[in-house]
Amino acid sequence: MSGPEQPPKAGPEDEGPQGPETNGNLPARLGEERLNAPVVRRGMFGIQDTPDTSGYGLLRVHKAPPLDSPRPYGSYFDEVADALGFPDAIERVLVDRGEITFYVRRERLPEVAAKLRDDPALRFELCSGVSGVHYPEDIGRELHAVYHLLSITHNRRVRLEVSAPDADPHIPSLVGVYPTCNWHERETWDFFGIIFDGHPALTRIEMPDDWKGHPQRKDYPLGGIPVEYRGAKIPAPDERRHYQ
Amino acid sequence: MSEMPHAAAGASDAEASEGRVYTVSGEDWDEIVAAANEAGDFESGERIVINMGPQHPSTHGVLRLVLTLEGETVAEVRPAIGYLHTGIEKNMEYRTWTQGVTFCTRADYLMPIFNESAYCLAVERLLGIEDRIPERAQIIRVLMMELNRISSHLGGIAPMGLELGATTIYTQGARLRERTLDVLELITGLRMNHAFIRPGGVAQDLPPGALEAIRVFDESGRRLLDELHTLIDANPIFIARNKGIAYLDLQACMALGVTGPMLRATGLPWDLRKSQPYCGYETYDFDVPVRDTCDAYGRYLIRMDEIEESLKIIAQCSDRLAARGSADSDPVMIRDAKIGWPAQLSLGPDGLGPSPQHIAHIMGQSMEALIHHFKLITEGFRVPAGQAYAAIESPRGELAAHVVSDGGTRPYRVHLRDPSFTHLQSVAAMCEGGFVADLIPAIASIDPVMGGVDR
Repeated sequence: MSGPEQPPKAGPEDEGPQGPETNGNLPARLGEERLNAPVVRRGMFGIQDTPDTSGYGLLRVHKAPPLDSPRPYGSYFDEVADALGFPDAIERVLVDRGEITFYVRRERLPEVAAKLRDDPALRFELCSGVSGVHYPEDIGRELHAVYHLLSITHNRRVRLEVSAPDADPHIPSLVGVYPTCNWHERETWDFFGIIFDGHPALTRIEMPDDWKGHPQRKDYPLGGIPVEYRGAKIPAPDERRHYQ
Repeated sequence: MSEMPHAAAGASDAEASEGRVYTVSGEDWDEIVAAANEAGDFESGERIVINMGPQHPSTHGVLRLVLTLEGETVAEVRPAIGYLHTGIEKNMEYRTWTQGVTFCTRADYLMPIFNESAYCLAVERLLGIEDRIPERAQIIRVLMMELNRISSHLGGIAPMGLELGATTIYTQGARLRERTLDVLELITGLRMNHAFIRPGGVAQDLPPGALEAIRVFDESGRRLLDELHTLIDANPIFIARNKGIAYLDLQACMALGVTGPMLRATGLPWDLRKSQPYCGYETYDFDVPVRDTCDAYGRYLIRMDEIEESLKIIAQCSDRLAARGSADSDPVMIRDAKIGWPAQLSLGPDGLGPSPQHIAHIMGQSMEALIHHFKLITEGFRVPAGQAYAAIESPRGELAAHVVSDGGTRPYRVHLRDPSFTHLQSVAAMCEGGFVADLIPAIASIDPVMGGVDR
């Protein structure tokens, strides 16, 4: 990493005298709290490791999203969860922004999907495919595969999320349950390197067959690939010119 | 390999060790036939593997089809894609949420407005501002989407004729499509890749004269549409090439995730505008055209009917906009200083930019407004962490954006669930066992756009 050596401290260390004058309601105190808010600041335009041109980059508020939703979930979600069952296969359920997500243990995924498709109370006939997401900071569950299912019978949607560690990127294929996942799983393999066990022909689909690496992963840079055309080699866009 | 009689006609590639390889590069068919006859390939009834595309005028774009032929019969067809992969999803992770629109609009380039809408609806759900989008912006969104639906359907129907050799169908379809693009250009400044729908509303209000242009378009559009009906509907060649071709029934559609006109051609009236309305579609009066023929001709008829329904919706939109009066009291962008991108633009000597009123406001009247403007333009807004999936009914079927945020000023992950990508999987189910010639109308009836397939 060629990034800035040390991110500047996000506000002064809290070492002031704990006297009666440090009333929590004073504006100065409030301002200090705001400065201490968990924001990672990595400088202004000095992005070194990515060809980011959007100005302030990587300014993030580390506020963890909720992990679990308590019952009742509201809307049709309770009915779906009741009909689905599988308390041992589903790690947690999250209802957020009007959408329900079932976090499924990867080894039980085909079973859960088959029930979602076949049970008369569920009938999720249509799968909208797989979308991979890479969370390198989620140690042990770096790679996520997200499935969106649609029930035309009941006019409902659910989301299934499955995770796999980077060290063992295997998830069972859903082609047997939803044949439409065929190309979607190839795409997710191509872009994220998730191996879908049981897929009939898991080959690259968007990138050339001999491509190295999986471009949508977070550790894969944007750019960085020189352009080859008729023998001439043109450097990667981010190496052609220095903007700094 | 070494027994090839003509060096020009054969290739002795060590990797292609599965059989004899003939490289055809133009007018050397005689040599190929002579060589094949000599080697006895034709007599033995061997299958021939042919690459159709990626540069082929009938494949609707840079699509490559690997065909295994037994005479004229397609024994196996495998679509190969990826020739137009541009890394749109990856690029969006490196730009602000608003700039993302500029990228995703280029995915399926025949329906840019829909790509933008799906993405913006997902971002708005993440921001939790779905209920606060101004009414005027929603009407303009519906108007733009329906205009775009017409141009996209014509971009499917017209080449459908061209690929069968009927150039008049193409030129007639292109005429009407051009009228639609003129209106889109008048409103957004561009014929395609508009980047017009933005998180929080739309980029700009309709320019003066837009409603008048839409009214003129409505009249000429109906006339040109009638001409197209007269030209195609009962054309014996068109019917012979399309009726009963590319059969895909409801069960196959469900299994393969097929939606849109292809699903409605099986008799299922599934349209997200009706079943899961967005942008206020529940308040418009329109029908969902359905056929039960499951074939390419049914899909053509549905597309034509949908153009008429779109014209109906466009007329309702322009009536509503005309009744709302001036835009000053009727914003097209959310009234939220932390999200709403300046939506009043004007043409200056150096191009399109914020209007003089906006500049005067931020430079002379309000320090707060200047700070907000600066923050929005430089770093953009932050979106609370989480994920959202917003699906809309695009001309080709369910188009959805799966958007993930980590709480930052840029998308953590954007995935476009593109209908063309999903539908191309059904080529094998529709075409294997049929004639090579039927492959062409089958592909055309899917109406795949490779920009969306490869993204």
